[in-house]
Amino acid sequence: MSDVVSTGSTTRVSLTVNGVRHDLDLPARRLLSDALRHDLRLTGTHVGCEHGVCGACTVLVDGAPMRSCLLFAVSLDGAEITTVEGCRSADGGMGPVQQAFHECHALQCGFCTPGFITTITAFLDDNPAPTRDEAREAVSGNLCRCTGYVNIVSAVERAAELRREPTP
Amino acid sequence: MKPPAFTYHRPATVQEAVQLLDAHAGEGAKVLAGGQSLVPLMSMRLAAPGHLVDINHVAGLDTVEVTSTGVRVGALARHSRVEHDAAAFAALPLLRQALGQVAHPTIRNRGTTVGSLVHGDPAAEMTAVLAVLDGEVELVGPHGSRSVGAADFFVGPMETEHADAEVAVAATFRRPPAGTGSAFVELARRHGDYAMCGVAALVTVDADLAVTGARVGLISVGAGPVVVDLGPAVSGSGGGVDTPRARELVDAAIDPEDDIHATATYRRHLAHVLTERAVAQAHEAARGTRRSAA
Amino acid sequence: MTTRMVGEPVKRVEDPRLVTGNGRYLDDLGHDAFEVAFVRSPHAHARVVDVDVTDALDVEGLVAIYTYEDLVADEEEHGTRVAQALPLLIPHPTLTHGRTQHALANGEVNHVGEAIVMVVASDRYAAEDAVERIRVDYEFLTPIVGVEAARAAEHLVHDDVPGNVAARMVQETGDADAAIDAAPHRLELDLAIERSASMPMEGKGVHARWDADDESLTVHTSTQTSTSVRQAVAAKLNLPVDRVEVVTPDVGGGFGVKIVHPWPEEVLVPWAALRLGRPVKWTEDRREHFVSSAHERGQLHHVRVGYDDEGRLLGLSVKFWHDHGAYIPYGLIVPIITSTQLLGPYKPGAYRVEFESLYTNTVIVTPYRGAGRPQGCFVMERTMDAIAADLGLDRALVRERNFIQPDEMPYDQGLIFQDGRQLLYDSGDFPGSLAKLKELVGWDDFAAYREQARAEGRRVGIGMACYVEGTGVGPYEGGHIRVETDGTVVVSTGLTTQGQGHQTMLAQIVADELGVPFERIRVTTGDTRRFKYAVGTFASRTAVMSGSAVAVTARAVREKALRIASDALEAAVEDLEIVDGNVRVKGTGENGASVDLGAVAVLSNPLRYAFDEAAKRATQFAAPADPDKPPVAEGESPGLEASQFYSPPRSTFANGMHAVVVETDPDTADIKVLRYCVVHDCGTLINPMIVEGQIHGGVAQGVGGALYERMEYAPDGQLLNASFMDFLMPYASEVPEVEIDHLVTPSPLNPLGVKGAGEAGVIPGAAAIAAAIEDAEGITIRRMPISPSELFHLRLENQEAGS
Ligand SMILES: Cc1cc2nc3c(=O)[nH]c(=O)nc-3n(C[C@H](O)[C@H](O)[C@H](O)COP(=O)(O)OP(=O)(O)OC[C@H]3O[C@@H](n4cnc5c(N)ncnc54)[C@H](O)[C@@H]3O)c2cc1C
Ligand code: FES
Ligand code: FES
Repeated sequence: MSDVVSTGSTTRVSLTVNGVRHDLDLPARRLLSDALRHDLRLTGTHVGCEHGVCGACTVLVDGAPMRSCLLFAVSLDGAEITTVEGCRSADGGMGPVQQAFHECHALQCGFCTPGFITTITAFLDDNPAPTRDEAREAVSGNLCRCTGYVNIVSAVERAAELRREPTP
Repeated sequence: MKPPAFTYHRPATVQEAVQLLDAHAGEGAKVLAGGQSLVPLMSMRLAAPGHLVDINHVAGLDTVEVTSTGVRVGALARHSRVEHDAAAFAALPLLRQALGQVAHPTIRNRGTTVGSLVHGDPAAEMTAVLAVLDGEVELVGPHGSRSVGAADFFVGPMETEHADAEVAVAATFRRPPAGTGSAFVELARRHGDYAMCGVAALVTVDADLAVTGARVGLISVGAGPVVVDLGPAVSGSGGGVDTPRARELVDAAIDPEDDIHATATYRRHLAHVLTERAVAQAHEAARGTRRSAA
Repeated sequence: MTTRMVGEPVKRVEDPRLVTGNGRYLDDLGHDAFEVAFVRSPHAHARVVDVDVTDALDVEGLVAIYTYEDLVADEEEHGTRVAQALPLLIPHPTLTHGRTQHALANGEVNHVGEAIVMVVASDRYAAEDAVERIRVDYEFLTPIVGVEAARAAEHLVHDDVPGNVAARMVQETGDADAAIDAAPHRLELDLAIERSASMPMEGKGVHARWDADDESLTVHTSTQTSTSVRQAVAAKLNLPVDRVEVVTPDVGGGFGVKIVHPWPEEVLVPWAALRLGRPVKWTEDRREHFVSSAHERGQLHHVRVGYDDEGRLLGLSVKFWHDHGAYIPYGLIVPIITSTQLLGPYKPGAYRVEFESLYTNTVIVTPYRGAGRPQGCFVMERTMDAIAADLGLDRALVRERNFIQPDEMPYDQGLIFQDGRQLLYDSGDFPGSLAKLKELVGWDDFAAYREQARAEGRRVGIGMACYVEGTGVGPYEGGHIRVETDGTVVVSTGLTTQGQGHQTMLAQIVADELGVPFERIRVTTGDTRRFKYAVGTFASRTAVMSGSAVAVTARAVREKALRIASDALEAAVEDLEIVDGNVRVKGTGENGASVDLGAVAVLSNPLRYAFDEAAKRATQFAAPADPDKPPVAEGESPGLEASQFYSPPRSTFANGMHAVVVETDPDTADIKVLRYCVVHDCGTLINPMIVEGQIHGGVAQGVGGALYERMEYAPDGQLLNASFMDFLMPYASEVPEVEIDHLVTPSPLNPLGVKGAGEAGVIPGAAAIAAAIEDAEGITIRRMPISPSELFHLRLENQEAGS
């Protein structure tokens, strides 16, 4: 039978994270959030609830935002994953959504921020020029306890603008 | 909140999946689809399946097919895929109308529509959609395959008609008669939450725009989706749905309970109000289908 | 460059790190540390009869299992005090029966979630596996849940606390009862607010590393007070304080819950690290945060008020009951604040307040943003609305008639505030603020809008609420500033940061005070290796306390720089100024003689060894100094640095007023906030962008507290909604846009004229929203929060009462 089996030990899984391929041997129950944070030490992805509600752990799986706390890493063999670290600009500085968060004061403690950045990055790929209502709707699956969201909604609009501007 | 250990299987075909489920049925083997319901249950250690059979790598299940009878959704079609499928929307707008209210887009990117049906949460929108459209679920097990109609599939809260070793490979949402409009109306505490009450409505009008039939499927007011045929409330001549009569019919069918978000009395009230709203919207849509056909 | 930084919406220096995923929060540290999980009580009130760990012993990855007995044995062997009850942090004289918890339960558990057994394992997965296999036998006791059950006192939470009463407090100015009895109009109201919680997106967490060679302990903890944790940990572990350092990493929000200390885990994790000789970490998960951290807000109030024909208060008497949960390490501060701050911007006439703080078998209460003020504001503002309704007067007018006037400042309310000092308002222009608010929201035009909406079958309503907030409580904060030889300015303050942008705000102050470019300033907070004396971050005190401390410190450094530079530039101190990091003679402009602060730093530190180019200039062979004087002048110390403290006589009082427009669905009873307007006076705005962000966040929490969030306890003490699925924190879809106007009345109490801004946004939320719903519905609202289901039932009751 061609099925992959893992018992108490580990399963081999290949993940491409922010363009870099990693072959990992992970226990089957390893959540993607933990694999990213503790095995790959990409701690930008945060964990706020571990039951799928807060969105802090959101990463892009093959371009689509998903809750990394609700995924077993082993199930994602072969997937391309983008984390907040992968939303930086080519030179390692702030990417457009990150820049917009900075300009609009869309973060305070910053704990929820990575989940917003990834979610908005994917959203703007689909809808490059959202209205304010669409922007608000787009971030309505992520919790933030600090900002009251007003500036996050503004940051979505600003990020859309920044992405339209030609890069110098 | 970390899930307990389990043995992981990654079958490539439905047959392998079924064999694995069958072989490990005694150790609580379960299908892993989108995991959007199962993983949080495991992380809270409310579920501890000894084996998980991951169907995410099974070929041929990520399908949305529009046929003459309806829309057939494969077990790996994510909610978002079904929601955004143009042909499915054209055939059955109710799918998109309801899916837009299932959780958040991020959850819909992973959670499967079939998984949601199998999970059988009485607050899950798609259970009412399947039920009101008189759809069915296709199951493949060690002893072959079978189809179970919605009326038999939803057994109780979180309980659906499928054997431990069966994989639900698809669900078919049946096309209603020509001239049918649909709507899905719900009220949730927060945007994206499971609803306190929700109503899927179908209203059919004839070529003269007179209502010939009306049906609703309700969530969160019973042990499973509650389908109510509003036929008796359709007043022949005026061409509409009689509201007080519809309320009576809904009232007789539902059995809501108190919980921390809403009392049973309030849910009952919502069932009335939302039925009225959903039926009105569906009626409007039904007229629209006739107008565009004309 | 002479643009002032204070007052500018300077973009935050914290952001580039945080938005790119380079923050360092607690769980980002110690990937290889052992991890901890706890066996927590599933019962609200029980005796622990037996703990059986046998089944857990063969869990792969298990390192250690500890129970209360192990802590006792450790005390005997090593003189530690980990077994003893945790400290009573607020030893107020009225707290006659203060009880605190043990790090691990010593035979009795008093709420669901109380820790009984600590498991250490190779990672959290394994630790939870072991926890699942540990069996605890309980003998059940009767759980006491809710204020009513606690007051009835048929059963006791703690056997030795009669009536379940921890504290009873009365304050009075004048004879309130007599004044009320003599008043031409009287009302009585029962008002209730339910429990919510701070609920930061990051839970708590502790990482500890014991360096056996150095005999030192380094603790990282997600806290609002690192200095105090340090003292507590050293005392508990019987370590010399100088062997313990506590560092606050990036903290993912606090809102009060992280000011409490030491949390059981802040003692247990370092203790385990010490005993095991390996780094140990505990990252609180969300379920633990619900059942084992802290809640706040639950209070019942009974109000008696007497007033004249104009609606002026003649006497006010408030009695209330505060549910502080199973223990009271810190919670007493909440009702104390309510009892004083409920007066808001008003003159109450004669005032009497009495409260009882009661034990229940629920999670402990500690301050959550607002800390008793939202309840107080709710009580006072509902009372104002009730008076207006009774007399048929405009609600704004009744408020206006009761305001303290600007020319009455400073105004003594005649009570003792939470800091043990007079409740003395230092500043504010309440009529001015009200005028701005009415203008912003269109108060006077609303009646027409409401009628028009009615005609369209819509129900809309408006409400307002005012508050005064004592901020910046003492005793003190300090700052240390050092100018490095490369001109970098290193600033430290002891209190901690949870997202308020302190690094930016404090750098703005230093930039102005010292005359250095903002970019050259590096600010550190909450690291005891850098600054050892501090109180903590709470009560909207950072800008006031650390802001002022850093300002006076910068002034001291400036003076020192000028003294040293006056030698180098051969000019009198009075003739010098510091511009853009350069000391120069006033009036000479950019081309005149100048010396940069880096060079001044070099000169400030006479050296023997020339370890680099800069140092060469400071060696004793370089400068043509006066050979008869010591290289370090008398009264001076080497280095261009200073440390100063700021300790105000009392709190400074910020204020604000909110107005809300809501729409209620006539059929579904769904409630929607259409507009949210804020007028805010926090004195001088150091960074208006940050202040507005604080208001936005507070408003969202106010909306959450009014319409969504509550802790749902079953009568048996189970918390029914211990998850984000059922404890409904609002998403963006539930929170309105916020319209803000500022009024600035600077505080006379501190060098910057600032007043706290951190908590304000949340305070009037429940009061204003209740008023708006009442206005839309014509139904009296006496309890918050309110859900559509509850509004529906209120309508039913109202219909029945009316028919
Ligand atoms: C925050 C949040 C909010 C949500 N809100 C809503 C909401 O408002 N409305 C709503 O309807 N849902 C909601 N959901 C649930 C979501 O829709 C899930 O996707 C869905 O319920 C289950 O689909 P899944 O593919 O993720 O199933 P899984 O989690 O993988 O499986 C669920 C159960 O079904 C079984 N199963 C799944 N697929 C099959 C199959 N093909 N054959 C046999 N057994 C199978 C599994 O063994 C398991 O027992 C929410 C989830 C989250 C995390
Ligand atoms: S941590 Fe994944 S959604 Fe909260
Ligand atoms: S910025 Fe703190 S939770 Fe969003």
